[in-house]
Amino acid sequence: MKSAAAHTIHTMISWLLKAVWIAGTILVLLALQPLLQSGAIIDPYWFRILLLMGINVTLAVSLNLINGFCGQFSIAHAGFMAVGAYTSSYFTLHALYTPVRNLSFAQQATWMIGALLVGAVTAGIAGFIVGIPSLRLRGDYLAIATLGFGEIIRVAILNIEEVGGASGLSDIPPLSSFFWIWLIALMTIALSRNLLVSSHGRAVLAVREDEIAAEALGVPTTKYKVIVFAFSSALAGMAGVLAAHLDLSIYPSSFTFLRSIEIIVMVILGGLGSTTGAVLGAALVTLLPEGLRYVPAFTVRGYVVEMQAWRMVIYSLLLIVLMLTRPRGLLGGMEWSWHGLSRIGGRWFRGRPSDRNLPPEEQGEGDLL
Amino acid sequence: MQTYSFSNIKSVARWIVPSMLALAVLPGCQPPPQQTTNAGNAPATPTAQGTPTTGGASTEGNQAPTTGDIPIGEYNGLTGETAGFGKTTHNGIVLAVEEINAAGGINGRKLKLFTLDDESKPEKVPPVVTKLITQNDVVAVLGEVASSRTIAAAPVVDRYGVPMISPSSTNTAVTVTPNGNIRDYVFRVCYIDPFQGEAMAKFLHDTKGLKRVAIFRNIKEDYSKGLADAFMKTFTEKGGTITTDKSYSTGDRDFRAQLTAIKASNPQAVFVPGYYSEVGLIARQAKEIGLNAPLAGGDGWDDPSIANLPAIQGSYITNHYSMDSKDPRSANFVAAYKKRFGQAPNALSALGYDATKLLADAMKRAKSLNGGDLRDAIAETKNFPGVTGDITINDQHNAVKPAVVLQYQNGKQVLVDTIQPAASS
Repeated sequence: MKSAAAHTIHTMISWLLKAVWIAGTILVLLALQPLLQSGAIIDPYWFRILLLMGINVTLAVSLNLINGFCGQFSIAHAGFMAVGAYTSSYFTLHALYTPVRNLSFAQQATWMIGALLVGAVTAGIAGFIVGIPSLRLRGDYLAIATLGFGEIIRVAILNIEEVGGASGLSDIPPLSSFFWIWLIALMTIALSRNLLVSSHGRAVLAVREDEIAAEALGVPTTKYKVIVFAFSSALAGMAGVLAAHLDLSIYPSSFTFLRSIEIIVMVILGGLGSTTGAVLGAALVTLLPEGLRYVPAFTVRGYVVEMQAWRMVIYSLLLIVLMLTRPRGLLGGMEWSWHGLSRIGGRWFRGRPSDRNLPPEEQGEGDLL
Repeated sequence: MQTYSFSNIKSVARWIVPSMLALAVLPGCQPPPQQTTNAGNAPATPTAQGTPTTGGASTEGNQAPTTGDIPIGEYNGLTGETAGFGKTTHNGIVLAVEEINAAGGINGRKLKLFTLDDESKPEKVPPVVTKLITQNDVVAVLGEVASSRTIAAAPVVDRYGVPMISPSSTNTAVTVTPNGNIRDYVFRVCYIDPFQGEAMAKFLHDTKGLKRVAIFRNIKEDYSKGLADAFMKTFTEKGGTITTDKSYSTGDRDFRAQLTAIKASNPQAVFVPGYYSEVGLIARQAKEIGLNAPLAGGDGWDDPSIANLPAIQGSYITNHYSMDSKDPRSANFVAAYKKRFGQAPNALSALGYDATKLLADAMKRAKSLNGGDLRDAIAETKNFPGVTGDITINDQHNAVKPAVVLQYQNGKQVLVDTIQPAASS
C-alpha cells in the first residue's frame, strides 16, 4: 500500500513538474516575443531570419525522424509542407473574415491552433497515404518513390484552380509569430527526443539498424515506418502552416524537390540520426547564405567580384568542406545532453569526467563530446 | 513497480532554474526610447493620415533622412531559376541610377543603390526586403520581375511604409488584393495582363480591319485567360465576331482537333494568348492542316526559341517595348545600354530603367522622401516620358501606357503599330 501511495505521489510530482516545465517554456517565449519584435535586442532582419530558422528547425528535426532514426530516405518533405501550407491557408482565408489586427490575442491564438491542426491533420493523412505504398520499398527505390510523390503533390496543387493554381494564394492572415514558430520547433524537438527514449523509439531504431532482425524479433516494421512517416509529415505540415501565415503568400514553386533537398542538407550536415545535429544543421543552412551577404565586393585584377552572386558558390564550397572534414555530419549520432555538458565542465574544472560513477544507462553512449 | 525516482525531478529542475532566471532577467531589460519612425512597430494603418509637422512633410510611413545620399533598394533573382530576368532588369536599373547621378541626382542628392539577391525564391523575399528597409534604410524599393516575388514583398513594404515599384510583374494581384483592396505602397510601370488582349483586339479590328477572329486559349494559365477574356470583350464591343473559342492545356502536344474546328469556323485571324512552349507547336500544326489565317498573341510568345520557326512568320504579338521604336528616347536608351554593358537591352532592361527613372521623377516632385509623401508622388505620376512609352499611374497603382504590336518577319520582331490606352482607364 505504502509503495503504491509513494508511486502515486511520484507520478503526480512528475506530471506537475512537466506542466511547470511546459508553462515555463510558453511564458519565456511569450515574454521574448514583444522584446524581440520591438527591435530593441535584435535587428528586424535578423529577427526574420530567426523566424525562418525556427521553421527550418521544425522541418529538419521532423525529417530526421524518418531519415535519421527510422533509416528510410525520403525526399517528399516539401510536398507535405505544401499540403499543410495550402490546406491551412485555404481554411483561414475562407473561414476568417475579420482582419487579424481586430482580433484579441486569445482569438488569434485559437485561429492559429485551428490552422495548425488543419495543416497537421491533412499533412499527416497525406503522409499516411503516401507512406503505405512507398514504404514497401527500400533505399534508393524509396528515395525515388518519395521524390515522385512529392512532385505529384506539388503538380496536383498547381492544377487545382480553387487554391490559385500557378498564381498561388496571397493575402493570408498574418497569424504566425515568433511565439508559435518556436513553440512548434521546441515541441518538435521534445517529441522527437521523447519518441526516441520510448519503447516505440527503440523499435524505430531497430528498423533502421536491421529490418530483417527487427521483424524476426516481432517488431511490426511496416507499421512503425508508416507511423513515423505520417507523424513526421504532420510536423512538416505544421511548418508549412507557420511559413504560409508568416510569408502571407504561397506558390507551388516554393515546394519543389529542391526545397526537400535543402531540408535533407540540413539533416545530413548536422549529422544523420541526431536531433541536436538537425537543429544545428537547420541553423547553419539558414544563417550561412544570409551571413555571406556581409562579405563585401572586392576587386581582382580590375574585375569587380560581386559577392551577391558568388556567395552561393562559397556557401556550396563550405558545405563540401564540412562534409569532407566531418563525413558523418557535424554531430553524427551524438546528442546534446546535460551529462555531456557536465562531463566537459567536469573535465575543465576537475580534469576528469564527472559521471564516471553514474549507472551505465544514465551515461548515454553517444553524448555530445 | 517503483520506476520513478527523484532523478526525474533533478533533471527537470536543471531546466527550470535557467528558465526562471531568464524570466527574472527579462522584465529588467528596458526597450530603448521610442524612435520617431514607426518602422518595426505596429503595421502602418493606411486610413490614419499623419498630420504634417515639419515643412508639410508627411509623418505617415517610413521617415527618411533629409540630407546625404538617398538610399534606394533593389531585390532581384540574381541567382537561381530566373537569374537571366534578374540580371537584365538589374542592368537597366544600374544604368538609370548612373544617369540620374551624372545629371546631378535628386535636388543635389545622389542615389545610392543597394542590390540584394533573392535566389529566385519567393520565401527569401520577405527577409531580403526587410534587410533593405531596416539595415540599408532605403526610402523606396524596386521590385521583382516574377509576380509571385513581388506579391511576397507587399506585406513587408506595406508594414514599414516604404513605396515599391515593380518593373515588370503583370499579374493583376500585384497591386490589388483578391478582395479588391489596393495595396497601399505597391506600384508598377508595366501594364497588366488584360490590357494586351484589349490592345490586340484594337489592332486587329481598327488597324487591320478584321471582323471575324477565333480564340484558342490555355485554360490552365491565368495569363491566357486574362488576355482572352479582355480580347473577346473589346473585339465584340467594337462589332467584331468571335467565330469560336477553343482551349488547350499546358503540356498538350497535339492541337489538330481544336485547330480543325477553328479552321471550319473560317476566321480571318486566330488569337492564341499562350506561352512560347506551346505556341511553336500550335503554329506548325495550324499550317499542316491548312489553317493559314495569321496568328496573334501576347508577350508570352517573346522567346528566341520560336522566332525562327517558318510557321510563326507573319504572326502578330503585343509587347512592352520594341528596340526599333522610332522614339528618340528609346534609341538613346538602346545606345547607352549597349555602350555600358556591351549587349542589346531587352524589354525587362527597359522596364527596370523606366521604374528607376519614374521613381527619381517622383522623388523630385515629392514634398519629402517620407513613405507617405513619396507614395503620393508616385501615385500622381502623369505622362511620365519613359522609354517604354508615356506612363500614367492609375488609381489601381497600375501603369497606363501604350503597347507595341510586333510582327515576326524573317525571324525578327518588326514594330508595326503602337496601341494607346483608352483615355478613361
